[in-house]
Amino acid sequence: MAKRVSLSGNEAAAFAMKQIDPDVVAAYPITPSTEIPQYFSQFVANGEVNSEFVAVESEHSAMSACIGASAAGARTMTATSSQGLALMWEMLYIAASMRLPIVMTVANRALSGPINIHNDHSDSMGARDSGWIQLYSESAQEAYDNIIQAIRIAEDPRVSLPVMVCMDGFITSHALETLEVLEDEEVKKFIGEYNPDDFLLNADHPIAMGPLDLQSYYFEHKRQEQDAMDNAKQVILEIAEEYEKLTGRKYSHFEKYALDDADIAVVVLNSTAGTAKVVVDDLRSQGIKAGLLKPRTFRPIPGKEIFDALKNVKAVAVMDKADSFGAYGPLFTDIRNIMFDNKDIKIVNYIYGLGGRDVGTKDIEMVYNDLMDIVKTGKVYEVKKYLGVREKGGEEVWQL
Amino acid sequence: MLEQIKTIRHAPDEEYYVSGHRTCAGCGPALVYRLVAKAAGPNTIFLGPTGCMYVANTSYGCGPFAVPWLHTQITNAGGVASGVEAAYKAMMRKGKYTGERPHVIVMAGDGGATDIGLQALSGMLYRGHDVLFICYDNESYANTGIQTSPTTPWGAVTTFTPSGPAIPEGKRLWPKDNAQLVAHGHPELKYLATASLAFPLDLMNKVRKGLNAEGPAYLHIQAPCPKGWQFDSDKTIDMAKLAVDTGMFQLYEYENGKYTITYTPRKRKPVEEYIKLQGRFSHLKPEHIEKIQQFVDAKLKAIEVEVTAVSEAAPTD
Ligand SMILES: Cc1ncc(C[n+]2csc(CCOP(=O)(O)OP(=O)(O)O)c2C)c(N)n1
Ligand code: SF4
Ligand SMILES: [Mg+2]
Repeated sequence: MAKRVSLSGNEAAAFAMKQIDPDVVAAYPITPSTEIPQYFSQFVANGEVNSEFVAVESEHSAMSACIGASAAGARTMTATSSQGLALMWEMLYIAASMRLPIVMTVANRALSGPINIHNDHSDSMGARDSGWIQLYSESAQEAYDNIIQAIRIAEDPRVSLPVMVCMDGFITSHALETLEVLEDEEVKKFIGEYNPDDFLLNADHPIAMGPLDLQSYYFEHKRQEQDAMDNAKQVILEIAEEYEKLTGRKYSHFEKYALDDADIAVVVLNSTAGTAKVVVDDLRSQGIKAGLLKPRTFRPIPGKEIFDALKNVKAVAVMDKADSFGAYGPLFTDIRNIMFDNKDIKIVNYIYGLGGRDVGTKDIEMVYNDLMDIVKTGKVYEVKKYLGVREKGGEEVWQL
Repeated sequence: MLEQIKTIRHAPDEEYYVSGHRTCAGCGPALVYRLVAKAAGPNTIFLGPTGCMYVANTSYGCGPFAVPWLHTQITNAGGVASGVEAAYKAMMRKGKYTGERPHVIVMAGDGGATDIGLQALSGMLYRGHDVLFICYDNESYANTGIQTSPTTPWGAVTTFTPSGPAIPEGKRLWPKDNAQLVAHGHPELKYLATASLAFPLDLMNKVRKGLNAEGPAYLHIQAPCPKGWQFDSDKTIDMAKLAVDTGMFQLYEYENGKYTITYTPRKRKPVEEYIKLQGRFSHLKPEHIEKIQQFVDAKLKAIEVEVTAVSEAAPTD
């Protein structure tokens, strides 16, 4: 029996971890994800979980300890943000290439410098190519649901990859929300036991993990990571279907909001999708065919499915809460690439909200207005634009 | 409990570090590995940070380990070891692992133990993880082509401390004493010792003491590297013996807040006897060697090794 509770995103993540009762959690404090291990350590102190909690001396060691634990055969979890994720970078690739099913919550926060504790996606986008599956969450509910599903996805033998569950720092991690949670027993049953084939503590079958791997095999091993990502596409859908049966909540690779007959659409991750939905409703009430696509699975990117979902749209704005200086936003790069064979569609990129700059309905209305112009004129004057920033030489003045 | 080995003849026949590696002929660290594995026995998990004992030991599909082994980065052996230990603790508690408590041993180079991996080592010791962390000290970043590390001796030439007209002595810094650094800042540390390849029985028994200790233990083992130190590959053991006999390397244990010197040379030899055999010191002038001698004398005095100072009168046997 599901029950309704009031939790912040961080509380929801910690609550999911409590129900999962992993063998090992290793973590290091960083705003805004600190509360997750903080709540978890209280569960340990209360005897509500049977996990080993290791309060390590850095995020580099947090991911290292997760790798050691997971290689030893333990179900392993952690959480981090921003600089913490950046410090883990060396180890993220090791975790993925050793095919260790670690599940990590990321409360997304801007990367320094200059130092900023608020939300954007530069941290997880920096880990885009590390071989981790990335699931994005609009709300605390989605973060909770994604974390539970992530255990199954990561541990599925067809996948065997680590999973990063992302939610917006502060906006989601710290805001209270009413959500529905499962009973402990239901979670236990859904995730099952973790029984890997090969692990260090299996004395009957000693293995060497991570030997030097040069020209003769490295490439094949990397190719296998890609195969695992391909498999993950199917596995994510299967597990979502099972989860829907249990909870009634439907998950897929992305959410389509008023998209099927849309002329103009925005593609945006995480909490901003909630704001965009308000704008879509408003535009729809005016008879404007506006829609929204909110990716949930960003790695692996569901290319064919996105192509089909956007194929009848005339103009699309991809909003990136992370920049690639001297190039385009990472989400835009993928979406435009996916849509390349559809010559009828116009696609533009908006970089928005860096360092937690607020983005409201007015800003998103502007984006849809621009799309309407593009449809009307058939012309794109600027592919990459910045939303809500004071521009050099612009009308808005610098003032504090 | 692993029993102390009475004499070298009582050492177990079984090997757990076997053929399948590609280390240089006479490689000190490889010989250390063999002794450590022999002493530890079958119920062991080795963790190997990047360095010669990783790169020269393993290649995909082929390696010298007859027990489970896991690669770590040069940066993080202490962190990975913490995770392995946390895993078996949790899994034993939950009944998911029913075997014996495994020995978790890190085999880190001096770079991985005293420099880039020091933070992770310190974190592991401080948190009290039941791991034996071994530094096999070949006194350089050997795998990348012999660059200076914190344990490279003063006056040694490495590819990052060459000797030249402006810097005739080569390396100008005195070595970091990692055993001392580790010993006094980690209240959970249960056992610490230094050991030498020239004293295999002592080495194996120290490994066993470290493994028997319930909590973290640290061993610092000097392991001569013919390639980096530039001596003939059949002289590895001689070099290790000379290091101890000249006082360049000291053998002791630290347990329950007390030091025990485990070997004192009857007659200490002048450092020159050690230095003159190694190409890495071949550029040194007598005044440089005298400086090293003074350093060694002072160091032995500080750890109260009561042996005749050799600077002025140099007895040799
Ligand atoms: C983060 C990082 N920096 C640099 C290296 C390159 N590297 C590989 S092995 C090595 C030397 C290791 O020295 P040490 O730990 O003393 O072991 P040894 O090779 O001497 O056995 C270095 C610097 C690396 N693998 N990772
Ligand atoms: S360089 Fe030195 S430590 Fe490395 S394999 Fe050769 S002898 Fe051994
Ligand atoms: Mg070395």
